[in-house]
Amino acid sequence: MNEPRVLQIPDPSLVVLIGASCSGKSSFARKHFKSTETLSSDAFRAMIGDDENNMDATRDAFDALHYVTAKRLASRRLTVIDATNLKSEDRKPLTQLAREYHLFPVAVILDMPEKVCQERNRNRTDRQLPRAVINQHIRRIDRRFAGRVKGDGFRYVYRLRGEEEANSVQINRQPLWTDRRGDVGPFDIIGDIHGCCSELEALLETLGYARNERGVYAHPEERRAIFLGDLADRGPRNLDVLRIAMDMHEEGTALCVPGNHDVKLLRKLQGRNVQIAHGLEKTLAEMEALPEAERTAFEEKTAAFIDGMVSHYLLDGGKLVAAHAGMPEHMQGRASSPARDFALYGETTGETDSYGLPERLDWAIDYKGRAAVVYGHTAVTRAEWVNGTINIDTGCVYGGALTALRYPEKTLVSVPAEKQYSVPTKPLEADEGGRPALLLNIADYQRKMLIHTRLMGNVIVNEENAAAALEVMTRFTAAPEWLVYLPPTMSPCEVSSRPDMLERPEEAFAYFEKEGVEQVVCEEKYMGSRAVAVICQNEEAAERRFGVESPAGGACYTRTGRPFFSDEAEEEAVIRRLRAAFDAADFWNAHETDWACIDAEIMPWSVKAQELIKGQYASAGAAGEASLSLAGEALRRAEARGIDIAYLRERVEQRAEGVGLYREAYRRYCWEVGSIDDLRIAPFHLLAAEGRAFLDKNHLWHLSALNRLAEADPGWLIAAAHKTVRLSDEAQRQEAIEWWERLTEEGGEGAVVKPLDFIAYNQKKRLIQPALKCRGSEYLRIIYGPEYLMPDRLKRLKQRGLSAKRMLALREFALGAEALERRARREPISRAHECVFAVLALESEPVDPRL
Amino acid sequence: MLLAIAADGAHAEDLSYLLHKHPGRTQEFSLKFGTAYVFYPTWSATRCEAALLLEIDAVELARRRRGASWTLFDYVNDRPYAASSFLSVALARVFGTAMSARCDARPDRVHAPMRLEARLSALPCRGGETVLRRLFEPLGYEVETERLPLDPQFAEWGNSKYVSALFKTTRPLHELLTHLYVLMPVLDDEKHYYVGEDEVDKLLKRGGDWLENHPERQLIAERYLRRHRPLVRAALARMREDASEAVETEEHGAAREGALERKVRLNEIRLKAAEEALKENGAATVLDLGCGDGKLLSRLRKEKQFVKIVGADISSVALGRAHRRLRLDRQLQSRERIQLIHSALTYEDRRLKGFDAAALIEVIEHIDPPRLKALEMALFQKAQPRRLVVTTPNREYNARFETLPPGKLRHTDHRFEWTRAEFQAWIDNAAKQYGYSVHTRPVGEPDAELGPPTQMAIFDRKGAPR
Repeated sequence: MNEPRVLQIPDPSLVVLIGASCSGKSSFARKHFKSTETLSSDAFRAMIGDDENNMDATRDAFDALHYVTAKRLASRRLTVIDATNLKSEDRKPLTQLAREYHLFPVAVILDMPEKVCQERNRNRTDRQLPRAVINQHIRRIDRRFAGRVKGDGFRYVYRLRGEEEANSVQINRQPLWTDRRGDVGPFDIIGDIHGCCSELEALLETLGYARNERGVYAHPEERRAIFLGDLADRGPRNLDVLRIAMDMHEEGTALCVPGNHDVKLLRKLQGRNVQIAHGLEKTLAEMEALPEAERTAFEEKTAAFIDGMVSHYLLDGGKLVAAHAGMPEHMQGRASSPARDFALYGETTGETDSYGLPERLDWAIDYKGRAAVVYGHTAVTRAEWVNGTINIDTGCVYGGALTALRYPEKTLVSVPAEKQYSVPTKPLEADEGGRPALLLNIADYQRKMLIHTRLMGNVIVNEENAAAALEVMTRFTAAPEWLVYLPPTMSPCEVSSRPDMLERPEEAFAYFEKEGVEQVVCEEKYMGSRAVAVICQNEEAAERRFGVESPAGGACYTRTGRPFFSDEAEEEAVIRRLRAAFDAADFWNAHETDWACIDAEIMPWSVKAQELIKGQYASAGAAGEASLSLAGEALRRAEARGIDIAYLRERVEQRAEGVGLYREAYRRYCWEVGSIDDLRIAPFHLLAAEGRAFLDKNHLWHLSALNRLAEADPGWLIAAAHKTVRLSDEAQRQEAIEWWERLTEEGGEGAVVKPLDFIAYNQKKRLIQPALKCRGSEYLRIIYGPEYLMPDRLKRLKQRGLSAKRMLALREFALGAEALERRARREPISRAHECVFAVLALESEPVDPRL
Repeated sequence: MLLAIAADGAHAEDLSYLLHKHPGRTQEFSLKFGTAYVFYPTWSATRCEAALLLEIDAVELARRRRGASWTLFDYVNDRPYAASSFLSVALARVFGTAMSARCDARPDRVHAPMRLEARLSALPCRGGETVLRRLFEPLGYEVETERLPLDPQFAEWGNSKYVSALFKTTRPLHELLTHLYVLMPVLDDEKHYYVGEDEVDKLLKRGGDWLENHPERQLIAERYLRRHRPLVRAALARMREDASEAVETEEHGAAREGALERKVRLNEIRLKAAEEALKENGAATVLDLGCGDGKLLSRLRKEKQFVKIVGADISSVALGRAHRRLRLDRQLQSRERIQLIHSALTYEDRRLKGFDAAALIEVIEHIDPPRLKALEMALFQKAQPRRLVVTTPNREYNARFETLPPGKLRHTDHRFEWTRAEFQAWIDNAAKQYGYSVHTRPVGEPDAELGPPTQMAIFDRKGAPR
């Protein structure tokens, strides 16, 4: 017996079964594929027309079948089409669909003798076709049929002849060559080398590679190099570079993807007619110089090496893509000639620029994918992350540098060129002239948003909330480039068990103790307005990191993203003074960054809330005082007349006292601001810097980093007063409570109690509140009204539910953290932005604003 | 809050009969929003004073208002202390019989004039004491007022909107009560309840004959009915059968821009110019970017040339108004031809792609300068209309608006206004960068020195079929 025939089927791909009615397509599909993978025209006819044989439904059935096929291919799922597919006009839309999704179409022809089909037809109980129909079908499958099928655009065509072959055949699913998601690295990805072998050797050695006993570069920690193509041409030692790459590839210490120069060399070696230019002449000259025998062997080896290269790789669970000229999301880890062309040449407009070079479209501007894309091809003066993509071709052959990106570390290692070996046709630009403006797609925000966060899984934002946020984002917020982060709302503690107070720290301690937190930090809550500030080291850093021209070199915005200062000059002055503090504290060196984002309270309250204070708080106070004093006076006269009205007089007097205290309360947070020197800024979180989100650092780290900053501008910057409390230590608890009492008696707003860790979980590994506020009794008059402490009112106010507020706080916290982490991972700006957008959208949820 | 009503003279003691409240007791009335108390601070043969003390239950009030709006304003505000519609409602409830001029014990005194005083300690006056005097003096009141400072510790904050007021008059008690009942909410210019059609009846019932002849009846009707135009019209019409005078409602938060440019009917001229520019190149599909409430759209729909008309705006409120203006809910065939979409011009939006002509009329000046780059990309690179018509104010011309202070912009939401040179620089750069040709046209009567009030640029995509 012969070995059974094995069909190689790429996975994913579009498998199109072809055959006459009753040729056994459905049984074949059932035997070799999952039922969910198989889309049968009969099933779709039934779905639309209630009957598998309802021919009137055919047209709509195929529409639906194509639609479902497209959805499956878009999500990389192998899909089998079970229909006769005997006509070219039926097959062509399918091959087009496969191409559209950059997957291979595969044809499997079931070529059965007519009598087998006719007999099966006769034995069918559900339906029987006229003999003539089957005969017609069979006649279509003639000798040249496979050739015609191939002509419809199938990558592979398998023809199974007769029942025996159809029954014995085996299917071998092969992952696409580009799909190396199981390969997690670590890698050192190296940009265009172009024959700069000395620099390559130096770079490999800097990265820790050394020649092993076979003379091949290998890394002691089993790191592997990925060469991004364009190994040869233009440089001084083209063949040496090819040798290193081929040896490492053979040894398993390197992967290679092809560049356009490599492919051109291959074509030349295959004897095709190519233009000998752009440095190819140098490589060929080196080959010419080899002794005849060695030359032939080297040429054959090189040709086989390049021919075996795969257009690009999708690596590390889909988090990394390596490609010569880049790779947009919809082609990643797939296979098609457009994908291969993209990998080799990038995207061009089809026109040429003033230097006669093809005009490139910058695909990276629109990139939104999850994978970091590392590429080269176009030499740039420095490697910069743009939307989660990075071009590391730093033009070594033009006298720049040879650059590697270490992965997963995402750090850059460069070796400068020893000299300029070639003159570029046009001067190198810093990644196409800097980062283009951020253009977000509205469709991403006009729907129910589902955002996956590391801290709490999926967070959903409803469409109405998103629509509201879109309006705010478009009309009122600071430029989205600056909106690195928006702070979450914060829940208060449970109501106090004391009858005369609403909030106290005891309840916050109890919450964290219950959630298994050992240590908390109590920070003074300064009463001003919340602000997030992004400070860049200089204007150039602002341009580089945020892609905006900003003379101020930073931005300062409120908790809903609006510019904190309505006057630009004022904002600029604040940013400059903050920057001076960062400079003086040697912040940039200490944290190896050129920008930072801080979370702070800016005082006085009146600077931002002046209109609110005048129109609402002071007004209520003025009316209250006048109204209650007249009432008190009238009641006293009535009492003097002997009317029994003391209870009412006392009550009015109590209310008047409440109003007096209320006025005292808001007055403490108001003072005249003549210039920014009159402001006080109390930063409490150091959120992020280039490539990092400081969420893994505990609050004492944050406070101490910010304390150094405050020391650089004492008086203007305030280091947050705080107390650390080990919850198991009753004395420490008591001390913190007394501290809070003193603080609030002196007119302070209160304190925020946080678990020591920035991100904290309970015993069940569930995220817990990142902070709880405990507000002082007097301050709360501003929130609950002048008279809230009157016993009958307080009693009712204590019936407050916190669960909605706390759920919202967690969701917003998870989104804010996600925004910072995505930015730190250098994911596309739009992916970080959607998290910030979602925080803003959630802020439109109705929650009691007094909490 | 407290309202004190005193009567002087020989018949002072009649006050208690007329109010139907015993002078020796304190009476309590439970209301939906709190408790009212009536007591007499003074009781002598020549002067009697009754006090209505209203204690509003702020906690309950906030609880009931939850559905409507969720701002802190609902919790900390002047309502428990200021004289407002709450006090009017309490007045009607507690002194209802007195107000409707009924008194079985002293029927002869009901319509007899008395020497009366009414004191209110925190009466909010929108428009200040002048309005208060304009309202009460024509009715024959002597008014003493004192404006309360916002906060004596912050003199720089100035005065509050409250006055402490004493009204003196000689007239029947029921008239005083009625005047206060109607005019307190009018001064406050707020109402704590929804104003519906029965409010017109209430106003006419309480207003009776005095309102009809009041020189400020228009203001009273407008404020009492919360500027609900159809209600105001109905009330004024019923007050005077010969109401031929046009009803111009009080300018509320007047749109400065509209007022400024009215003289030249600039908006009309601008829309006409835009429409012409859109029609010129034979466009069949047209897009109005930032369509607002649809003024341009309703002109465009009259042109048969346009087979598809799309209006886009970021404000869902404006789109709602446009929907009503165009009556899209009623006209079926319009619905196919005209569409309104919620969109933002600084975002890429595939729905805006591929139009023959697009209008950007008085829109760019509402966009923050740092976002203009995104707008350019979204428009010229993504939407790529064959023709784009842009208008924006000419800042130089602002000097010709006499009421506009120098350096001010025409509208509070304008983020910038360009001079002719600035506009020219922007359009030249955009045209060059994105492959468009561009020319400008003046809109409105140009000033010899300062140019036209509005500047218009017409962009045509190069290489697009005409």
